[in-house]
Amino acid sequence: MSSGQAKAKAGIFGEGGDRRWLIASSCVALLVLAPLVSLILIAGRGSGDLWPHILAYVLPQALRDTAILLLGVGFVVVTLGAGLAWLVTAYEFPGRRIFDWALLLPLATPTYIVAYAYLDLMHPIGPVQTGLRALLGLTDPRALWFPDVRTMTGCILLLSFVLYPYVYLSTRAMFLMQAGSLLEAARTLGASRTRVFFRVALPLARPAIAVGASLALMEALNDIGASEFLGVQTLSVSIYSTWINRSNLPGAAQIALAMLAVVVALVLLERWARRRQRYVSQAQRARRAAPLQLTGWRAGLAIAIVSTPIFIGFILPAGHVAHEAFKRVRFAGFSPQIGQEILNTIAIASVATVVAMALGFLVASAARLSRAPVGGALLRVSSLGYAAPGTVLAIGLMTPLFALDNIIADSAERLFGISLGLLISGSGAALVYAYVARFLAISAGGVESGLAKLSPSLDQAARVLGQSAGGAMRRVQLPLIRPALGGAALLVFVDCMKELPATLLLRPLNFETLATHLYGEAARGTYEDGAVAATCIVLVGLVPVMMLARLSRRRAFAWDKSVEGVDPMARDLLLVEPAGAPDKPRGKA
Amino acid sequence: MRKGAASLDVQNVRQTFGATLAVDDVTLRVEPGEIVCLLGHSGCGKTSLLRMVAGLERPDSGRVLIDGREVVGPDRFTPPEQRGVGMMFQDYALFPHLTIFENVTFGLSKLPANKARIVAEAQLARVGLLRYAKDYPHMLSGGEQQRVALARAMAPHPGVLLMDEPFSNLDQRMRERIREETTALLRENGATAVVVTHDPEEAMQIADRIALMRAGKIVQMGTAEELYERPQSLFAARFFCDFNEIDANAHDGCIATPLGEFEAPSEVADGPVTVCVRPHGISLEPVDASAPPPPLTGVLKSRRYLGEDDLRHVVVQGLDAPLRVRGAARFRPEVGESVGLRIDARQVLVFSRKTV
Repeated sequence: MSSGQAKAKAGIFGEGGDRRWLIASSCVALLVLAPLVSLILIAGRGSGDLWPHILAYVLPQALRDTAILLLGVGFVVVTLGAGLAWLVTAYEFPGRRIFDWALLLPLATPTYIVAYAYLDLMHPIGPVQTGLRALLGLTDPRALWFPDVRTMTGCILLLSFVLYPYVYLSTRAMFLMQAGSLLEAARTLGASRTRVFFRVALPLARPAIAVGASLALMEALNDIGASEFLGVQTLSVSIYSTWINRSNLPGAAQIALAMLAVVVALVLLERWARRRQRYVSQAQRARRAAPLQLTGWRAGLAIAIVSTPIFIGFILPAGHVAHEAFKRVRFAGFSPQIGQEILNTIAIASVATVVAMALGFLVASAARLSRAPVGGALLRVSSLGYAAPGTVLAIGLMTPLFALDNIIADSAERLFGISLGLLISGSGAALVYAYVARFLAISAGGVESGLAKLSPSLDQAARVLGQSAGGAMRRVQLPLIRPALGGAALLVFVDCMKELPATLLLRPLNFETLATHLYGEAARGTYEDGAVAATCIVLVGLVPVMMLARLSRRRAFAWDKSVEGVDPMARDLLLVEPAGAPDKPRGKA
Repeated sequence: MRKGAASLDVQNVRQTFGATLAVDDVTLRVEPGEIVCLLGHSGCGKTSLLRMVAGLERPDSGRVLIDGREVVGPDRFTPPEQRGVGMMFQDYALFPHLTIFENVTFGLSKLPANKARIVAEAQLARVGLLRYAKDYPHMLSGGEQQRVALARAMAPHPGVLLMDEPFSNLDQRMRERIREETTALLRENGATAVVVTHDPEEAMQIADRIALMRAGKIVQMGTAEELYERPQSLFAARFFCDFNEIDANAHDGCIATPLGEFEAPSEVADGPVTVCVRPHGISLEPVDASAPPPPLTGVLKSRRYLGEDDLRHVVVQGLDAPLRVRGAARFRPEVGESVGLRIDARQVLVFSRKTV
């Protein structure tokens, strides 16, 4: 075989081994695209007499609420995230090093848990109001006016206080890595710190802010629990209730399409806001500008400012659910039901993680192996699911999977005379599919960034030494990118565990995960094992936050010293979590 | 903002980074309108010193005075924006989101807009880039970016202009020309300038005086000629010239080497010494020439033609390494031929080996 000499490419998929990789990669891309395509088809069928109702009452309200929510959350997360990032990078005050990573903690609290916790905390007979009344000597619950969290404002604030870390993380990285000598240059040209912030730092950080804000808004859009508990009729909530309460799939699909339009608008907005990014990444020196030492009341103020979001977004809600969980376990023991749910959650998340990692590896490797641009394009398509909210994905998956189930069941019955029931939706395979489609971007991105650091001559050396493309992957690349794979797998696992909207829609009957259990209790207004479930989720959610914190600290340290010498794992994680490295062009091996 | 060149005084400045001493008790005076180069290998503290003068870093102790006014002292730290210094960064640090014109006017915020425009345009015209005023930095070549950075730093007429490796990001061919232009501009503006560089040739070309630094200290300061002709240490000597070094012993003011006997300078004590002979201080001549026979002979090992110069390696008995001989060659022996050598005693330096 003189495959090396065959210069002519056979079609866009190249030839030989490369083609097999690309065909497999196309299949993965199709799997991700399928729910979106089917969504359009279902919506096109029309929702019959429900459509006028949706058009007149559901959509306008949902669109308005979603728009207000996104605008509000966007404004607050940008202000909080960028402001906090500036505070911890441009100033020095006692405890700054701890706050530097502690500000990431709210990332461990999913939106539905923060809402669940605050509903309980702020309830008229909850600890906050009871405590306040006791302090003021009031006895009648109605005597004390207290702001209701179940409002749009409450929802915006609560979501913002757990989502701002996306903006914080990306903007902080920008302030640390790129702006250093630019900020110094501005100072030597006579600009005060305030002027430096508004004239240089903020405009330069705009791409980073855009990346962080768009991630935060995607999360807000995806959220179902918090908005519903707090009485905000977002698109996500409307899709869910249209399907659950009215069993109208086309109607839900039509709302889902509207939601997809919002996603596209968000992505375009982000692109537009980042349009000059490549100019920004030209700054060469990675050097943190000397911070200003704050002392006295200024230091106190800085500490107060940075501890507030940590307190609101993490310590208070997480502390509350942990405390409630502790009380519950002391009172009623650890219920077998919760044990079963933990097992369910771990099992389904593990399966989804393994599948997502395998497919992610396949897609990213195909993109690297083929020098044709089609490989990279397939990788991008496969990563699209990350932008699709869970409800949208689930609605899109339902019809084709039910149809497939029916075909399988029919033929099994006809051919073998056995009744299989709903094989795919009943076994949780549908849920795994949804998780994989949604989080493939993380696994593929992780593998891709791991591979991007390996010199292509490594592949070539392995090939020259007699390995096939697959053999080189297995014996050279795979061992080298193992740390990157580990980091990505962890993120996929945790995201699967926390996922609520798609889980609610696609789980098999009577199959509860920790997230759906919590949702059920919060929706019913009962608070039994809910706190235990919430505590478990927050604890698991803490793992990636700790990793992120550890490496962002090390990274900041490394930037102080020099650009090189950063743990490759650290870089991977920041690449995987797209907020981390807005400066680095992805791919392009 | 100050008009006209200022003087700069650095007094006993010291700075540590953790356990390492970056700048060790440095004292330096730069006269108004003078160009001083801080020369040294990377990590010798020259950039730290520059950044402390700019106010970007704070010394552990010592004072800095600009135009006789204290900007850093035991109880004083003037922030960079109030010091009236200009700084040119190694990577230029042009603001990528601002146009060339906006970059240059950035430091002129205290002037009314129309005046700032006139000043900025004059500066841009002076560096020949007025037509790029509306462009963004990334649209310019490296050399053009360098000139924008210079225009931006000079626009506010700083009392002292600080330049951190201003030419290191340019390619070799451009560097020479831009160096000349920049020096001319500095002289024209009568600016006081401190330039950090690691390139001795560059330092000699632009500086009135050179401060040679090593391990946080200024080891020698003087004009280019003083440093080149009369280095006070082997380190300084090596920095400016690629010497032939021969280890030997001084005895009663006399040093015997395979190249003959040399007279030890009065300040060199008896004991181990290093004799340094400039490659240009050795000339070759035919062995069989009639008139005075050469004091020393060797065998030509190799010859490289370098244009204005020849570089020749000559093996001399008793020396470990071949002698490097440079100079315009009128006599061109073949490789393997015996040659006579003559050493110009003025091109020989002797250092006691303890003072390395």
